[in-house]
Amino acid sequence: MEKRVTFGRWTIGILFAVPQLILIFTFFYWPAGQAVYWSLTLQQPWGGGNIWVGLENFRSILANADYWNSITTSLVFAGISTGLAMTIALVLATLTDRQLAGSRLYRVVLIWPYGIAAPALALAFRFILAPEAGFMAFANQFWPGFWDPGLDGADAMASIILAFSWKYVGYNFIFFLAALQAIPRSLIEAAAMDGSGVVRRFRDIQFPLITPTIFFLLVINITESFQDSFGIVDIMTAGGPANATNLMVYKIYSDGFRGLDYSGAAAQSIILMLLIVALTIVQFRFIERRVHYR
Amino acid sequence: MVERTPILNFFTHLILFAGFVFCIAPFVIVAIAASHNLKDVNDVPMSLLPGSDFFVNIKTAWTTADLGPKLFNSFVMAAGVAAGKVIISALTAFSIVYFRYPGRMLIFWLIFVTLMLPLEVRIVPTYAVVANVLSPYQAIMDVTGISWLIEKIFGVQVQLSLGLLNSYTGLIMPLIATATGTFLYRQFFLTVPDELTEAARMDGAGALRFFIDILLPLSRNNMAALGTIMFLWAWNQYLWPLLITTDQSHATAVTELKQLIPNVGGAPEWHIAMAGTLIVMLPPLIVVVLMQRWFVRGLIATEK
Repeated sequence: MEKRVTFGRWTIGILFAVPQLILIFTFFYWPAGQAVYWSLTLQQPWGGGNIWVGLENFRSILANADYWNSITTSLVFAGISTGLAMTIALVLATLTDRQLAGSRLYRVVLIWPYGIAAPALALAFRFILAPEAGFMAFANQFWPGFWDPGLDGADAMASIILAFSWKYVGYNFIFFLAALQAIPRSLIEAAAMDGSGVVRRFRDIQFPLITPTIFFLLVINITESFQDSFGIVDIMTAGGPANATNLMVYKIYSDGFRGLDYSGAAAQSIILMLLIVALTIVQFRFIERRVHYR
Repeated sequence: MVERTPILNFFTHLILFAGFVFCIAPFVIVAIAASHNLKDVNDVPMSLLPGSDFFVNIKTAWTTADLGPKLFNSFVMAAGVAAGKVIISALTAFSIVYFRYPGRMLIFWLIFVTLMLPLEVRIVPTYAVVANVLSPYQAIMDVTGISWLIEKIFGVQVQLSLGLLNSYTGLIMPLIATATGTFLYRQFFLTVPDELTEAARMDGAGALRFFIDILLPLSRNNMAALGTIMFLWAWNQYLWPLLITTDQSHATAVTELKQLIPNVGGAPEWHIAMAGTLIVMLPPLIVVVLMQRWFVRGLIATEK
């Protein structure tokens, strides 16, 4: 889309874009370029600049079992939490869309979790799921050793998944509800008149019509599970126990700032960037197709 | 509701209510835990009746984590990011939509690409840039030979250095350097009728006047939505403030929460931790509740 009427003095026009261009150059393109440079070089231990090592950094992290562990845990985390958050949100949104009494209350309240900072909700869930106090301790009284995120990797993973899903149920709910309400009421009524029940209408009308939203949320949830999980992991488990929750972003942070291995961290950043770019491209292609269909 | 389905309606209410409890329960538990004393909060199971120490705990958490100045820092950061975004994105979108100049599409794509890579994944090099924000320019001058030229002519060695660690500028600027708001404005500007622009030009308004007197007042809704979203997003930032505020004086409330996690060896002071959590949760929650309309609108508009 283009404007028909524009202003002639294009020098002024460029000036309007300059602040943002300076910002994204300094804080986006330069660091991104720097990451590529670091990933291809190795810093010398006693100064003297970086030496070129080509793809050596990538080779060494790809040969590292800890790195593969962080990829698997990230994928497990992304898969389960996305599935959980989206399914719960879809069920709640579909039911809210039936507009029974009280549905306005749900529309207001179900969004609240998304406003909360990841570390704050992580601390809340750390207490709620603490093995010695709170509520899981109650379960531990009956089955001693049943629940201990500090020792059992699966329990720790379950805790961060629960905390993350809690936040993103609200987010997904907003989008699903908006998509469902965009479906013309007459379609639903016509289907009902033809004798189809609630489940049938969901399967044959609502679900197909909201597939674009489902794909959109799928991509957003996965990318957010890579980024927004940092605060949750840092507060709840700090990557442990035994690296069971050492997700990719957390590993980049701990390698880069605790281990001071800039080159290794940069190489990991590049791999994560490629992953996210690939996901984003999938998303944009899909959105383009949807615009086309309209 | 299209037809009468009493059984289904019953289950609808049941499931929705379960979802409601699922969303509300953590808030309630945090609030109740924050009102207990040390013994009650560690009871198994914890009593769900509120205790009487609520204000004592809030006060303890407030002083332990030094939350007053930290909340102020959080507020400055969040407001700065929101304001910066609202202003800078409007300027850029205006430039992209209302002017024709060579390289316009290039600028469009340069900004568009920034949507793809969140700060978290390029965190290490961004940190290096903020440690000396002029280092990119220094490097460019070194490579292009300008520093060499200046040294030959004026006899001074060029050493550009400006550290932004532990400063509000350093906290805020990198968070503004993305494209989210720009496209929100762009979509809106494209819907503004051309006749309006024609009329303004006929009355003798230049680009600047049109922008300030006509376009900005029209975008008020967009500004509210974008501002709300960005405020919340910035308030909830964790990794970035954690890295660049090595000095306590610029730490934010969210990063300070870490101080409240009970130590393994120490007393399990969960009541204090939960009181602190409640304080940090409250401002964004208030924003969501009061600005619900803008929040939902901004969320849906900025992401698409």
